[in-house]
Amino acid sequence: MRSPTRRRLAALAVCSTLLAAGCAGAGGIGDPDDPNSINVLMVNNPQMLDIQRLTAEHFSKRTGVKVNFTVLPENDVRDKISQDFTSQAGQYDIATLSNYEVPIYAKNKWLAPLDGFIAADPGFDQQDVLEPIRQSLTAADGKVYAQPFYGESSFLMYRKDILAAKNLTMPDRPTWQQVAEIASTVDGAEPGMKGICLRGQPGWGQLMAPLTTVVNTFGGTWFTQDWQAKLDSPEFTEATKFYVDLVRNHGEAGAPQAGFAECLNNMTQGKVAMWYDATSAAGLLEAQDSPVRGKLGFAQAPVVRTKSSGWLYTWAFAVQQASNKQQAAWKFLSWASGKDYETVAGQQLGWSKVPDGKRASTYQRPEYLKLGGSYAGATREAIATADPRNPGVQPRPAYGIQFVGIPEFTNLGTQVSQEISSAIAGRESVDEALRAAQGLADKVAKKYRN
Amino acid sequence: MTTLDTRPAPVTGPPAQPRSASKAARWARRAPLLPALIFTIAVTQLPFVATLVISFLQWNSLAPENRGFAFLDNYLAVVTDPNLRSSVLTTILLTASVVLVSLILGLGLALLLDNKFRGRGLVRTMLIAPFLVVPVAAALLWKHALYNPEYGLFNGLLGTEVDWISEMPLVAVVASLVWQWTPFMMLILLAGLQSRPLDAVEAAAIDGASGFQVFRYLTLPHLRQYLELGALLGSIYIVQNFDAVFTITSGGLDTANLPYTIYQTFYQAHDYGQASAAGVVVVIGSIIIATFALRAVSSLLKDEVTR
Repeated sequence: MRSPTRRRLAALAVCSTLLAAGCAGAGGIGDPDDPNSINVLMVNNPQMLDIQRLTAEHFSKRTGVKVNFTVLPENDVRDKISQDFTSQAGQYDIATLSNYEVPIYAKNKWLAPLDGFIAADPGFDQQDVLEPIRQSLTAADGKVYAQPFYGESSFLMYRKDILAAKNLTMPDRPTWQQVAEIASTVDGAEPGMKGICLRGQPGWGQLMAPLTTVVNTFGGTWFTQDWQAKLDSPEFTEATKFYVDLVRNHGEAGAPQAGFAECLNNMTQGKVAMWYDATSAAGLLEAQDSPVRGKLGFAQAPVVRTKSSGWLYTWAFAVQQASNKQQAAWKFLSWASGKDYETVAGQQLGWSKVPDGKRASTYQRPEYLKLGGSYAGATREAIATADPRNPGVQPRPAYGIQFVGIPEFTNLGTQVSQEISSAIAGRESVDEALRAAQGLADKVAKKYRN
Repeated sequence: MTTLDTRPAPVTGPPAQPRSASKAARWARRAPLLPALIFTIAVTQLPFVATLVISFLQWNSLAPENRGFAFLDNYLAVVTDPNLRSSVLTTILLTASVVLVSLILGLGLALLLDNKFRGRGLVRTMLIAPFLVVPVAAALLWKHALYNPEYGLFNGLLGTEVDWISEMPLVAVVASLVWQWTPFMMLILLAGLQSRPLDAVEAAAIDGASGFQVFRYLTLPHLRQYLELGALLGSIYIVQNFDAVFTITSGGLDTANLPYTIYQTFYQAHDYGQASAAGVVVVIGSIIIATFALRAVSSLLKDEVTR
């Protein structure tokens, strides 16, 4: 147990290395001695802002637990969470973590295991949580360390009307070769319309996510079971070449800077006929005011050598090990990740705002299906068929589909994605890009080999 | 991340005290000022000291078990890491080109604004506007409204289908920064022009000097200090620019400059030690530039005094 002043000094030291952003948004801290007042640190995504609005009325009134929220952008929230949880300062009882961080944090003993609470709370219905999501929030020791707030996979969205005009049909489970062929046929189907949108913006959570799913299904992997980096293997190279060629020949304009937001824009504006990306995009494309509403079809993530290739991502609530209010914290988790909150959100804000993709029961709600019927089935199937423990054709040393579940991946993935983004821009060949990337990955793998 | 050592220019002290004034009396005069001095040092220098200390630590936030003293490892990594090395080069290239181009454009605009014409105040205000735009908003404007290959203004005007950012990433970043910094240079140079002694210009005109000769032999020498000042102040700011690189290219296509690389080391590699070491390197670079800047300012001040 280190003294609190030293901790504060450490935090101060960290803050001072940052620009002003690092210490921003430290508001919303309640009374540390009140057992019924908990502090939650959240990422500023729309679904989190929704729950922030609904908590006082629909949770605190009923349970008497006051919730103080601190909301920050993704990078800042990751940094602040790691500061608080690393030192086990216990300032925040609950934080939003993704399935990338949960196993890493659990391994470092920063999170409280939730199995005891789950067993004592049958109303929560843990079995209703979709299997792959549950698995991805279970650490190596077999214990559950977080509860999902919403989840997503990836799939292929396409314009039914454009394909029909060209007499094409999209199979429910297309192969990448079929998708490439369709992309070349529908390229230019309307003036200024490209075949497919694929992310090209550098970032481990941007370009690297869809590309890694392509690598998996082509039979490639970042690392072998015994920590050999394989970025220059024939499979990895073939997959990357396929992706880069497809986006260069029939992909969106400005691809090296196109991320999720740009592709969403392209698809909405009718600049592309297909888009392979997160399932959560479907709700945005089918929104009331979307010009492409009702014109879309949804197919499973394209494959080559695997049965499925969609990714798995979830934002989840985890409880800090050092928190002395774990009972109150679980009350909040049980409500936020439970069926009750979905009902509240649906009735208060509209059924398009329900944090979906985590529970089987969501997909049996008639109100929800009325709105998202076109993509609900495909989304559920994509999440249900994702296998973060075995996403490729060979055993892996770490979990994760579109990422490798090691702390170094955020940096490695970003650096590699910058090389590949250069290849998409035509500034270097895929072989050159992957040679450089292999060097970076090998440095990381070396650490794990010894 | 970067604190600048901004020592005020040396001021000539009060008239020398007669020798008989005891030490105690001198301290009695200084003592009340001490708290203010200590406070200033604490506020301006302590964060940098903390950064300095962390830069010698091995500290990765996701690997809490092996925190320790790293000696010069972080600095070695800064020097040997090819990514960091190339970002140093990018920073120099980016800073130098932005400063040069915006100085030349700023000089042109300042010369135009130096003449009297109707609506001069309005034009001046409009020219200053880009400097007042929030950097990240300006970067977004350039990325989407101007460069975008689908609906950007450039392709719309030229009728081309050029993917500007992919074709010339660094030029794209430089252009957006030049747009932001030209007004700053213009303001400094305009201030210089308006402090020109006009009698010399009149005399030159009577002696039959051409407009160009007046500019070359009178205006330019007078503006030299202002040009230096603009270049140095601009460099200090632009070395630290983060928004344009972050927003327009996400550090891809060889446009990652030092601040962006430090951000990546901190937020993505979670390596506080190495990020701090890189920060210290930037500070040292900035201090070197700042020293020149302060010299330029103090020579300006000296001129004011001797005039």
